[in-house]
Amino acid sequence: MISSAIIPQPLARLPWRLIFVIIGIAGIGFLTQYSAAGGSVRPWAMKQGLTVLFFLSLAVIMSTIRENTIKQLAFPAYAVILIMLIIVEAVGFVGKGAQRWIDLGFIRLQPSEFMKPAIVIVLARFYELLPAGDIRKWRAIWPAVALIGVPWALILVQPDLGTATMVLLGGVAVMFIAGVPLRVFLIPAAVLGGAIPIVYQFMHGYQRRRIDIFLNPESDPLGAGYHITQSKIAIGSGGIFGKGFLNGSQSHLDYLPEGHTDFAFATWVEEWGLLGGALLILCFAAVVVWGLRVASNAKSRFAQLTAAGLTATIFFYSSINLMMVMGLAPVVGIPLPLVSFGGSAVMTVMICLGVLMSLERQQRTTSGLTR
Amino acid sequence: MKMERRFTSVHQTITFSRRMMLLGCGQAAIGAVLLGRLGWLSVRENEKYQLLSESNRVQLIPVPPRRGWIVDRHKVPIAINRSSFRIDLIPQQLETPESTLKTLAELLQLTTDDMDRILRELKLGHGFQAVQVAENVSFEQYAAITVRLPDLPGVQATRGFSRYYPSGPAVAHLVGYVGTANEKEYEAEDKNPLLIIPGVKIGKQGLEKSLEKYLRGVPGGQRVEVTARGKLVQELDPKPDRSGQTVQLTIDQGLQEYAARRMGDQSGALVAMDVANGDLLAFVSMPAFDPNSFSEGIGRTEWKMLSENDHIPLLNKVAQGLYPSGSTIKPAMALAFLKQGIDPKRRVHCAGGYQIGNRYFRCDAVHGSMDMHSAIERSCNTYFWATGLVTDPAQTTEMVNYLGYGQEFDLPIPSQRFGTMPNPKWLEKKYHRKWQGYDSANTSIGQGYVLVNPLQLAVMPARLASGKLLQPRLLISDRQESVKPVDASPEHLEIIRKAMAAVVNGSGTAVASKLPLDGIQMAGKTGTAQVFRLGERGHQSNWALRDHALFIAFAPADKPRYAIGCIIEHGGFGAATAAPIVRDSMTYLFDKQKALAALAPLEEQWGGTLAQRNGRQLAAFKAQRTAT
Repeated sequence: MISSAIIPQPLARLPWRLIFVIIGIAGIGFLTQYSAAGGSVRPWAMKQGLTVLFFLSLAVIMSTIRENTIKQLAFPAYAVILIMLIIVEAVGFVGKGAQRWIDLGFIRLQPSEFMKPAIVIVLARFYELLPAGDIRKWRAIWPAVALIGVPWALILVQPDLGTATMVLLGGVAVMFIAGVPLRVFLIPAAVLGGAIPIVYQFMHGYQRRRIDIFLNPESDPLGAGYHITQSKIAIGSGGIFGKGFLNGSQSHLDYLPEGHTDFAFATWVEEWGLLGGALLILCFAAVVVWGLRVASNAKSRFAQLTAAGLTATIFFYSSINLMMVMGLAPVVGIPLPLVSFGGSAVMTVMICLGVLMSLERQQRTTSGLTR
Repeated sequence: MKMERRFTSVHQTITFSRRMMLLGCGQAAIGAVLLGRLGWLSVRENEKYQLLSESNRVQLIPVPPRRGWIVDRHKVPIAINRSSFRIDLIPQQLETPESTLKTLAELLQLTTDDMDRILRELKLGHGFQAVQVAENVSFEQYAAITVRLPDLPGVQATRGFSRYYPSGPAVAHLVGYVGTANEKEYEAEDKNPLLIIPGVKIGKQGLEKSLEKYLRGVPGGQRVEVTARGKLVQELDPKPDRSGQTVQLTIDQGLQEYAARRMGDQSGALVAMDVANGDLLAFVSMPAFDPNSFSEGIGRTEWKMLSENDHIPLLNKVAQGLYPSGSTIKPAMALAFLKQGIDPKRRVHCAGGYQIGNRYFRCDAVHGSMDMHSAIERSCNTYFWATGLVTDPAQTTEMVNYLGYGQEFDLPIPSQRFGTMPNPKWLEKKYHRKWQGYDSANTSIGQGYVLVNPLQLAVMPARLASGKLLQPRLLISDRQESVKPVDASPEHLEIIRKAMAAVVNGSGTAVASKLPLDGIQMAGKTGTAQVFRLGERGHQSNWALRDHALFIAFAPADKPRYAIGCIIEHGGFGAATAAPIVRDSMTYLFDKQKALAALAPLEEQWGGTLAQRNGRQLAAFKAQRTAT
């Protein structure tokens, strides 16, 4: 928030501190894309920069939407996205191949991406409608489980384990915040832990291999474990200060695969070291803290749950990627939002931020009395 | 039953705050883990990953060292390296094998033999190992390939060095040859990356093999920065290679080549030795292959020709050929008799044979009354049979062995055979029977169990001539420790030497082979070793059944400087074929011009020099093969 007589009110009201942090993260992304291309804005950096600017503007525009509008759109939007998911599945079935998008000609819509914020919003709406006394009852649980489970299953069979996991985690986060009894989380967690060996049996070959390799990446350093091994080499060899901008040998000599997409963090840390890596992590932390504060300060239950859920989504998005590139999680194909090349992640995060900014704006502009 | 607690919006707010706390704490914890992990990787494990990153980035391409030369005692090159152009195929990078091979065949004029070999190696080889297309191609051909390289993926044109033996077959069995390492050799050296670089050859036979550690040198390294796909980014500071050492042999290259040529088309071996110190001056086994064509990867046809030849050009006869010594054993026998107190004046009457037990041994002629001198001079068997019976066979055979026959020598030649000098103890152990009179009789004329190699045929006269227990050596660097004298009295040795001089210069068996030199006489002893049955001895029409001809010699007879031993397989009488070759080779050591003048008419008669005849032989063989 900048208070100045010169700057017009609507602009001054924007959460500038957050926007600066976001631009900072996107700037790191830009530098990483630039370096990954061997010191060139083509083919990634420029495109990515424009994508970020476009979706950031979109987020700013979204911040003017009123909370009520979002509420009203929650169920219809969820339904539309779910139908799109089914269409994608059907087309994929007909086309006899994995299909994750609907091709509209000018843009390829990946409905699963929209599901990440949508699941949060629809659950927030659901728990808002649920009477406070029912939260410990069965009827507080099964509709939520269904709302999460159906898209989750549809996305999982695409197959897109990364996105499915994100949808699941986002939904579960809202349930958790809403106050669903702890045993609802703990018992399935325990069951899941026991069921992992069985689930493992039903996984796709490549998914199974990713888990094998996560458990022991060195078992196959030249094959599928190559990604994790090379990523750790890139990060570890950077040291405290890094090898210097444009001097990353791992990324420039192509030892690090996907250095501009999923493993962009490794590219960044190799050149900027521990300091650069920590800066990026702290930037994400700042975004999450801001989001949590929006949730804490929210005056309606819907706003509380939505803000906390969307923040959790952003958090999971970034932290799962970071865990993956540092060898703490299996390679599931989740990009680092705003840093990795690719529009969908930017779009999702910006939708989340747009909704969050809208909620934040209304916290400041509406008085507690009008609630 | 407990009444359910009412859950109000107040509770809801409390729960929300609590859950938010939990969520925030969880997220903070994960954030802390992420930061910790980042610090662990980039600080604690930094060194490890820096090393890994560096070994990713930098690759060491070994640069093969130049192989050391082999030179003779006068530093005349025997094995050298020639700058050459070569064309190789990298199977992995080959995109269109058929059309590529077709283009190469046209440009390089490859024969079907070559194509056969290339296709065979492509099929057998590993993708990473280069397959040689052609070596020693002309600059024009090299250039023709180089300009077409962009259209020929997988083809490699390089400048390198190839092994060259200026005198070809003459040194084949001495130096052996080099070749590309096979899988077994590659494994044996723990997959030494040097061995799979195209053009790198290792010793496969002879000195090239046994002196490998001196000749190879130390490979250098070109440090290069490469991408993950193996594309070269830049060259870093190189590590220079160290050429192999030059190895100086005791061989006299001139004599070696002369003796090889002098043997003509005969199958045999000749070894010459310096009586002063045991230096081997010639080490010839003929006929021989051309080590140059082996080192280039021999064609199928040539290999077939060599392996089908009944003169066995692929066998190193000096190191592995074993022959009955025949009468060349007699001087050593006589020395053994003298040592046991036999009076050299003692006479034995030769009536053309000798009865031992129930067997009658036939001498070559009716020699009449013989003493030791005339018995050696005329090679009378009867004298040796008779004297053998009155002496101790154990002592006699031990003396002969002591002088060299059946003895082992430490020479850098892989796989040598040393033959047998039988004695009563050996017979007992091997055949479980007592030594009999006829064993003495057979042994005293170098038949029966006696088997010697050509090297021993030179060591024996050298020791008799010098009175020193000379050890043969091939490398100048193998300095001889002080040589012990032969355990025999000088007077006895003089008697033997006089008798051997008479063989050539008196009225002996080799008077036709006097040295054509003023004031230099040769002393020697002929030998004719029976190959087939007694009674069918001597010259006969079937080459493979003819006797082996042997001759041992030293010169000058009065002041010995050189000793030579020679065996001509199936040459008939020793005096007829082996002695003239030794005579001319000996002449070469004293007067090169005269020796070469003697060779010229012979080579004309045989139809050209060794190289010319070999070339013609191969052409004829090829023509015959294509005809059939």
